[in-house]
Amino acid sequence: MSDAGGSDPLAAAFADGPAFVPYLAVGDPDYESSLAYVEALAEGGADVIELGLPFSEPIAEGPTIQNAVVRALEAGMTPTRFFEFVADLDVDVPLVCMTYYNLIYQFGSEQGPRPFVERAASVGISGFVVPDLPAEEAGALREACDEFGLDLVSIVAPTTGEDRLEKLVAVSSGYIYVQARLGVTGASSSVSDRTTESLARLEGVDLPKAVGFGISSGEQAATVVEAGADGVIVGSALVDIVAEGHESNEPTEATADRLESKARELKEGALEGYGRRTPTPEGTSD
Amino acid sequence: MSSDAASGDRSGGDGDGEWVPAGDGKFGRYGGQYVPEALMPAIEELTDAYERYVLNNEDGFVDEFRRRIRDFGGRPTPLQRADRLSERYDTEVYLKREDLLHGGAHKLNNALGQVLLATYMGKERIIAETGAGQHGTATAMAAAHLDMPCEVYMGERDINRQRPNVFRMKINGSAVTPVTTGRGTLKEAISETMRDWATNVEDTHYVIGSVVGPHPFPKMVRDFQALISEEAREQVVDRTGGLPDSVVACAGGGSNTMGSFHHFVDDESVELLAVEAGGSSLAVDETEGVAPNSASLSTGTEGVLHGARTKLLQDGDGQIVESHSVSSGLDYAGVGPELAHLVDEDRVTPVNVDDDAAIEGFHRLSQEEGIIPALETAHAFGYLHEHHDELGDVTVINVSGRGDKDLDTAIEETAKRDVSNAPDMSMFNGGLR
Repeated sequence: MSDAGGSDPLAAAFADGPAFVPYLAVGDPDYESSLAYVEALAEGGADVIELGLPFSEPIAEGPTIQNAVVRALEAGMTPTRFFEFVADLDVDVPLVCMTYYNLIYQFGSEQGPRPFVERAASVGISGFVVPDLPAEEAGALREACDEFGLDLVSIVAPTTGEDRLEKLVAVSSGYIYVQARLGVTGASSSVSDRTTESLARLEGVDLPKAVGFGISSGEQAATVVEAGADGVIVGSALVDIVAEGHESNEPTEATADRLESKARELKEGALEGYGRRTPTPEGTSD
Repeated sequence: MSSDAASGDRSGGDGDGEWVPAGDGKFGRYGGQYVPEALMPAIEELTDAYERYVLNNEDGFVDEFRRRIRDFGGRPTPLQRADRLSERYDTEVYLKREDLLHGGAHKLNNALGQVLLATYMGKERIIAETGAGQHGTATAMAAAHLDMPCEVYMGERDINRQRPNVFRMKINGSAVTPVTTGRGTLKEAISETMRDWATNVEDTHYVIGSVVGPHPFPKMVRDFQALISEEAREQVVDRTGGLPDSVVACAGGGSNTMGSFHHFVDDESVELLAVEAGGSSLAVDETEGVAPNSASLSTGTEGVLHGARTKLLQDGDGQIVESHSVSSGLDYAGVGPELAHLVDEDRVTPVNVDDDAAIEGFHRLSQEEGIIPALETAHAFGYLHEHHDELGDVTVINVSGRGDKDLDTAIEETAKRDVSNAPDMSMFNGGLR
C-alpha cells in the first residue's frame, strides 16, 4: 500500500516539478500481472498513480480502456478485490481511485458513498476521480472525503465555462484533471490548442493542474508541461501496452519492462517541458 | 408545452403568462444529472431550451410541434373500444391506438419534439440510440422531415434482430452505426451515443429515446409523450362519461408508460399499471451477470446509470447486469426515474408478465381485434388476460406500437413454445426469410 504520508499527499506529489500521473485499469488482464504493471509504473517515475476500478458501463472511456475494463471484469475484478489489490501493492506514491459513481454508491451495507470512502482510506487511497459525477451531484462524496481526509479530483472540460469552473473548484481538492480535448479517453497524436486555453482559464485556481486525454509520448508530455501544466495524466497509451502484451502472450516481466520504459519516457518528457518553460536562472542549474 | 403549459391541468403555468420553470430534475430521491463534466454545458443549454421553448412556448415552439405532430404524425390517435376483448373479459376495454401514429409506434411524439427543438437551438446534427429500432426509425423520419443529418447507434445484436427498421432508417437518409461492445443491445448503444455526444457536443443534439438519462430528458420526453394521456383522458371521458378505473401500459425505459399515465397521475381513483417484461425468470444470476428479465421496477434496486439515479438491474457490487426480454424494446436494465418515484409513492403499480404470456397476448390481439401489436405492447395484453378481473369496469390500454417489425421474432418464438392460441405457422419453417 501507499505509505506516502502527510496531510495532502496529492498536493505534495506536485510540489517538486511536473508530476507524471499514469492510469491503469486494475485487474487487467489479471490480478498478479496488474500488480506488477502498477509497480513498474512507480519504478518508471510515477508521482501519482490513478487506479481504475472497472465499471460495466464506462461512458467516458474510448475503446482502449473499454476493452481493458472488459478484460479486468472477466478476470474477476470487483470493488472488494480492488481494495485487496491496493493493500497488496508495494509502491510509495499516492494512489487515486478512478471509477464510476454507482460502484461507490453501492459499496457496503448502507447506501451512499461513505462506506466506500472509509474502506478506500483504510487501504491507503488518497483521492478519487469520478467521471460521471459533476459538481452538482458531488455533495455526498465530498462530505465523505472530508470526513476521511481524502481528495476529490474534478475534471475540467474544454466546454467548462467560468460559472461552472467556480462550482467545480468549490468541491475539488488534490489536483484538477484538465481534459485536453472533447470526447472520450484515448491516445492521439496531437495536443489540442484547447489545452492551452483551459490552462489559461485555470490560472487563478490554487490547485495543481494535470492534463489528460490523448497524451501518448514524451514529446507530447513536454509540450503540455511547457504550456503550463503541473502534471500529465496518461492512460490509454499505457493500457495499449498491457493489451499488446496480453494479446501476444508476452511474459508479464517483459510487459512490465515496456511499461516502465514508457513511464520513463513520459516522466522525462514532462521534465524536459518544464525545463523549456523555465529558463534556468543563473547559479541554480545543479 | 405541453403537458403543463399547453393543456394546463397539472400546473399553474397555463395561459396566464406565469413562467414555468424546468426545475431541478429530481423525482423524490431519483433523477439528477450524473454525466461527464464535458456534457454539463450542453445539458444546461438543453435545460434552458426546454424551459423556454417546450414549457413556455417561446417563438411558438409548442404550436409548431402540435401542428407538425398532427399533419406529419397523424394525431390525435383514436381511442377504440375493443369489442371482443370487452366481451371476453366482461370489462370495458379501450385501446389507445398509438400504433396508428406515423411510423407505427408512440416514438414519433418524442423524436419529432426533440428534433424540432434541436432546430430551435441551432444544432446541426442529430444522434440517437435505438434498441428495437423504433426510436431510431422515428428519429430518422423526424430528421428527414426537418432536414437534419442523423446518425443512429444500434447494438449489433439488435441490428440482426430488427433488420426492417435498419432499412427504414437508411432509406430515410440516416447513418446506422453498429455498436459491438458488451452484448450489443440498447444499454451499450446508449453508452456509445453518450460518447459521441461528449465528442461532438457543440453542434450535436442527442435525441434520447425514453424517459431516462440526465435532467431534463426524463421530464422533457414525458412532456412530448404526454400527448397520449392528454388525448386519452378526454376521449375516455367523452365515451364513457367518466374516468377509467385503470390505465395499463408496458414499461421498458418507460416513455409510453409515462406518456399514458401523466395526465391521470392526479386522478387518484385511476389505477396505473406498468407492465414489465418478466422474461423467462425474475431472478438475477449474479455469477453470470445476467437477469433473464427486464423488470427493473418490480425487482431492481436503486443506483446510478446513464445520467440518472433510478431503479436498476445490478449485482451486489453495482455492476449493471444484462437484461433480457423477447421484445428488444423492453430489454433495458434501467427505467425512467419518475416511474421509479411513482412506484415508491404507491401511485404506479409495477407488474410483469413473462415471455410466454406476451406471445399469447400478441396472438390474441391479432386474432380477436385485428391488430398485430408490437411484442412490447403484447405484454400489456398478456397482463390484461391474467388480471382482467382486477382492472375495474373501464380500462384503457395503450397500444404503444404495431407488430410488423416483430413478425420474424414472433414466428420464431411461437415455434419454440407451446402457445395454445397460436395459428398453425409451420409453413413459415421458423421464420419469414
